[in-house]
Amino acid sequence: MSATGLKSPADAREELVTLKHGAGGRAMRRLILETLAEGFAADQPEGIGLAAMDDGAALRVGDRWLVVTTDSHVVHPIFFPGGDIGRLAVAGTVNDLAMMGATEPLGLTCAVIVEEGFRRAELERIHRSMLETCREAGATIVTGDTKVMGRGELDGIVINTTGVGFADAVVSDAGLRPGDRLLVTGTIGDHGLALMARRHSLELDGDLRSDVAPINRLVAAALAAAPGAVTAMKDPTRGGLSSALHEMAEKSGVGTVLHEPALPVRPVIRSVAEMLGLDPLHIANEGKAVLGVRPDAADVVLAALRAHPLGRDAAIVGACIAEHVGRVILDTGLGRRLVGEVEGEPLPRIC
Amino acid sequence: MADATLVQGPAELRFRDPVKARALAATLDSVTRAVDHAPVSVMHVCGSHEQSIAKFGLRTILPKGLNVIMGPGCPVCVTDLPEVDEAVVLAQDGKIIASYGDMLKVPGTAKSLADVQAEGGRIAVVYSAAQAVELARDTTDDVVFFASGFETTAVATAAVALGDLPPNFSILSAHKYIPPVMEIVAEMPDSRVEGFLAAGHAAAITGWRIFERFVEKHRIPVVVAGFEPLDILAGLVRLVELVRDRTPRVENMFPRCVTPDGNRNAQRQLWRVFRTQGGRWRGIAHVPNGNLRLRDEFAHVDARCRYEIDVRRLWNHAPSALTQVCICGEIMAGLSAPENCPLFGKECSPESPVGACMVSSEGTCRIWHQYGGHPDI
Repeated sequence: MSATGLKSPADAREELVTLKHGAGGRAMRRLILETLAEGFAADQPEGIGLAAMDDGAALRVGDRWLVVTTDSHVVHPIFFPGGDIGRLAVAGTVNDLAMMGATEPLGLTCAVIVEEGFRRAELERIHRSMLETCREAGATIVTGDTKVMGRGELDGIVINTTGVGFADAVVSDAGLRPGDRLLVTGTIGDHGLALMARRHSLELDGDLRSDVAPINRLVAAALAAAPGAVTAMKDPTRGGLSSALHEMAEKSGVGTVLHEPALPVRPVIRSVAEMLGLDPLHIANEGKAVLGVRPDAADVVLAALRAHPLGRDAAIVGACIAEHVGRVILDTGLGRRLVGEVEGEPLPRIC
Repeated sequence: MADATLVQGPAELRFRDPVKARALAATLDSVTRAVDHAPVSVMHVCGSHEQSIAKFGLRTILPKGLNVIMGPGCPVCVTDLPEVDEAVVLAQDGKIIASYGDMLKVPGTAKSLADVQAEGGRIAVVYSAAQAVELARDTTDDVVFFASGFETTAVATAAVALGDLPPNFSILSAHKYIPPVMEIVAEMPDSRVEGFLAAGHAAAITGWRIFERFVEKHRIPVVVAGFEPLDILAGLVRLVELVRDRTPRVENMFPRCVTPDGNRNAQRQLWRVFRTQGGRWRGIAHVPNGNLRLRDEFAHVDARCRYEIDVRRLWNHAPSALTQVCICGEIMAGLSAPENCPLFGKECSPESPVGACMVSSEGTCRIWHQYGGHPDI
């Protein structure tokens, strides 16, 4: 019940699942906690389970941790500048494993649901892309499942991948401590804006390409550079860096301050986002991670990231503070403001 | 390191220079202190000004004695319930509604366009009036462009209306005209507004002279300002100086875009297609001449003439009781702030907005929700 004792309009209507529930923000987390996770979250084994709402689960096996993660992939268009649904499906799951410290995937599963009438040549193209991405990641697909549904029963193709891997030390997304530095492994906003431009047929000049890539080896290099110094990790996918940092800050019980001039954003992304009234902090990435690092190790980890081809643009972008718990504060260089979490699919504004 | 080139180009630095910004903020502080009373209250009437102020964190460097109020400068927010209802009914009747993204979640009497979309209605987000026309060319179904915005976007709609149009295309105009609502705000008995910061892009079309009559009548200074951080700070400095000196006049602090008479070509197009009409602005009042409606010569592309739009069928749903609590109107009139609303951030959030100020990315409540208003950070 609310402070005013009145029902909100959303309660008053018969509630339907809408696209905002899939956009990775607060609405989605609430829907999951209230429906799908209900009952499961309470009875969890030792380790990281559903209640943590992390990138995956970590289950104890002897003195190691078995990390398990799963992700279903739908994307429009299926082939986009910089990647395709196959690359996304492999990289997404490999990266989720890596975010918990399992940087060497034992194996992936792949379940494909295809719509009747889907072109075989496209399926082959997706397969080739998955194979190639697996090679980059040092991963392989060990089992799978394929279903075909009638025309119109789904839109094209859905791919689910599940991954397993061992971690000697699990890194959660809840381990940030005041003083920790925040690092991003490269430029932000590339994936979401490339897709948005294609999806809404925006005729824009400039090289808009998705950053979709498996970054497990990049993450392995960072972890090895300063063992124990990485306190938390997350991949800023849907909802962008803002959503990832809000979740990490809230779960960790810290506040975060970002320095906008330090954020790596490609100029084309900066200008297109500005034109559309979007904030690169809210735009999805598929080949990036945000790391919390102990302050004394931040430079070492940064150097390790920059030494890797996928981490050339890595940067220290901010720090954690004890105050303003759960908040993300942006120092713009001109002043300070709070960063909001996206609600629903970001839509360009008018005027 | 690659950072320097990655982060900011030289063009951006020109109007976003932190050193110059701090110098202007210091000047603004001393000018504000020199006014013989406190606080000084000024109003801007443009969502883009608020966006810029919030986005760059300028409120944390504005003087404590200066109250910068956001007025009714969000065209989406002031779109009235029956206007949304018209689009909802057309969507329910199977028309494809093309509109700017901001309009989707604006609550109507019973539902928003986003609600109709979840129920299977066809709503297309477009970025320009021209894109809505393209959409109509690609289909045989009827496409209605639900057009919103002030003079700036109305000009784009007018240009489309004057061009070649496919027969399945029509316009449902919710366009608004800014100058009349400034009169309304200035005449409000509780108004504390001592000066207006006028929107540079609208003035680029209308010209800055359009405000001369207003200044003469109300004895309140108006400064036309651009949207970069330095534009806004420089505009505020000039505006507070005029307040301090009790000199009501119009000043143009955006000369790189705004001329005395504006873009006459655009004005001609605008007034060839549109006429003003009185109408309610959500939460504000009835605004004489505040709405832009298509002229009779354009009846053939006017959705209101082409279709029977019976919005009464939506009215068996009573508006939510929460709308009675919502103070959007007072906020848009500059009489209150989001933090004074009991619903703000609780029952009313961007996911589930009660008032239109929470819907649009130009709405005060939404901007405060996103950027934290006057944060103590």
